[in-house]
Amino acid sequence: MKLVFKLYAGLTDYLPADAVDNKLIIEISEHSTAYEVIDRYNVPREMAHLVLLNGIYIKPEDRNKPVFSDGDTLAIWPPVAGG
Amino acid sequence: MAWANNVLRVNLTEGTVSNEPLNMEWARIYLGQRGLATKYLAEEIDPACDALSADNKLIMTTGPLTGTMASTGGRYSVVTKSPLTGAVACSNSGGFIGAELKAAGYDMIIFEGKSPQPVYLYVENEKVDIVPAHEIWGQSVWAADEWLHKKYQDPLLRVAAVGRAAEKGCLYASIVNDLHRAAGRSGVGTVMASKNLKAVAVRGTKGVGNIKDPGAFMQAVNAGKQVLAENAVTGQGLPTYGTQVLMNIINEVGAMPTRNMREVQFEGASKISAEAMHEPRASDGKPNLVTNAGCFGCTIACGRISTIDRGHFSIENKPQYWGASGGLEYEAAWALGSDTGVDDIDALTYANFICNEDGIDPISFGATVAAAMELYDLGAITKAQTDGVELKFGSAEALAWATEVTCKGEGFGLDLGLGSKRLCEKYGHPDLSMTVKGQEFPAYDPRGIQGMGLTYATSNRGACHLRSYTVSSEVMGVPEKTDPLATEGKPEMVKAYQDATAIVDSSGLCVFTTFAWTLEDIAPQVAAACEGDWTPETMLEAGERIWNLEREFNLAAGLTAADDTLPKRLLTEPAQTGPAKGHVNRLHEMMPKYYEVRGWTEQGVPTAETRQRLGL
Repeated sequence: MKLVFKLYAGLTDYLPADAVDNKLIIEISEHSTAYEVIDRYNVPREMAHLVLLNGIYIKPEDRNKPVFSDGDTLAIWPPVAGG
Repeated sequence: MAWANNVLRVNLTEGTVSNEPLNMEWARIYLGQRGLATKYLAEEIDPACDALSADNKLIMTTGPLTGTMASTGGRYSVVTKSPLTGAVACSNSGGFIGAELKAAGYDMIIFEGKSPQPVYLYVENEKVDIVPAHEIWGQSVWAADEWLHKKYQDPLLRVAAVGRAAEKGCLYASIVNDLHRAAGRSGVGTVMASKNLKAVAVRGTKGVGNIKDPGAFMQAVNAGKQVLAENAVTGQGLPTYGTQVLMNIINEVGAMPTRNMREVQFEGASKISAEAMHEPRASDGKPNLVTNAGCFGCTIACGRISTIDRGHFSIENKPQYWGASGGLEYEAAWALGSDTGVDDIDALTYANFICNEDGIDPISFGATVAAAMELYDLGAITKAQTDGVELKFGSAEALAWATEVTCKGEGFGLDLGLGSKRLCEKYGHPDLSMTVKGQEFPAYDPRGIQGMGLTYATSNRGACHLRSYTVSSEVMGVPEKTDPLATEGKPEMVKAYQDATAIVDSSGLCVFTTFAWTLEDIAPQVAAACEGDWTPETMLEAGERIWNLEREFNLAAGLTAADDTLPKRLLTEPAQTGPAKGHVNRLHEMMPKYYEVRGWTEQGVPTAETRQRLGL
């Protein structure tokens, strides 16, 4: 399956050089989890604060569960805020 | 006490100044700044008065921690009755002038009446002069600032001024201080200009003393600074990316108001985001962002200093804009960008520069341009009004033109200066105004973040995110994550945020500290600095008292529960994309409970019991 994988703010440095607009399209299996993808790119789990699947928050307890469908978007931020 | 115990009263009609002691009885229950100045305003003016008449007053006010060594202790506020909303206005700004005013020996300045001629106020410690301002009337804020600095030959002079837009009656004109910080919202600059007051220039060399318990204060302040430094948001996220880090987040969660809130996601968001501001430009290899910047005493430093590509159409023949100046914050970037459909970061930065140069609120301005673009799309506004300009969504050229004519108060810029509500009424489509109580929305679509719908509807100064920033919980998970599409628990949450924010806004501190601090961190700093029994509990109660005081001002001004609502679009037109697809804002599920937890009647009036409990 394909997953659109995005890293933002201080996590941008964990993206490979060929990422465009903070985004990669990666191959995953139907058993893949959010943590598996996060670990694949060496993102420290404690920095993966805001983890959004198609814009919807994945709770920490659900990040070890297979939740993806083909073409989904996983976007991650460290702790950030503004106003 | 951290107070100078000195109020400067300036009667512009008579051309006189006088001093009086600060009302400490009120300071003990309203703290300072927003709360205390609102108390002065409510006691001294008729809330039903014409906001642009001599009967209105304008108060520049500090908090007890303004000018102290507390982190972010540089805030000041402008409190008055708003010409945009008819409600109470309190606009908060950073920079340096608030601390300078305290260092000159004043807690607040109360301006009354109206000067028969343009003037500015010069304050140098005890020396206070009302000075004719003919040389700078008709000039921009930046020109006035430069002229005053040259005249007084003092680089440390701090200036707050209004620009040409305010002089021409733009209803959302701001008061810009230190060139690119602003008391931005609700038209406080319009009130200042209506009094023929062009600028306030302050130099204070006394410092801020009178700390009640200096040892305890230093301890509390240092502990607070450590918390800010170690917190990932205030220690790393905000200094590096500023508030603009929100652009991609809010777009991802489907709450990015786009093209006058027709849509909730903007395809160009990544091009105008914090990440984009860090990217080197193709033309010169330099990024938009030059550096971050801090206000007086701030250890966060979220401010943005930016440059525009010199080859960009907006400035290619305007070398005065080739240098670095105040860059895009999220609210400006959203309003000037996604709400108008413009994804050209240089055009947005240019518009932001001249919003600062001539003193207009970029939120209200951008949202008004967005409404005008929708009216143009419908044919209600044509090239006959726009001097031939195609006012299309997505046009960077149209945005740049609109900013210029509004800032100068020329032609169609006078219509844009009316604000979205009056503009949409004038052109026959009042439902297209995305406002509450006449003030334009900030950057969060309440169909995707339900709590913000209640926040906007009940805000005492019209639509505003800074009165109850539930985005922090509903989206960012700070301090804990809640579901943005749920309404349950939101009335209680909104009330808690409103009360806490009201007291932080009354302290002299920046509300951004609350991404790391709770009242447990703030209360010891306030308690050690000034008189009064300040604990987290008493501060929260004072916040509630301030909220109800503002509410009573608005009720006396003629507002009613019918004004606590949202535009029809947000209540009846579901979001088309993203996580909120199919959702409208369910305000009706939240409002009755909100009135109940507030201790108000079904008509939105504080009950006798609530008034008695809060000492109103």
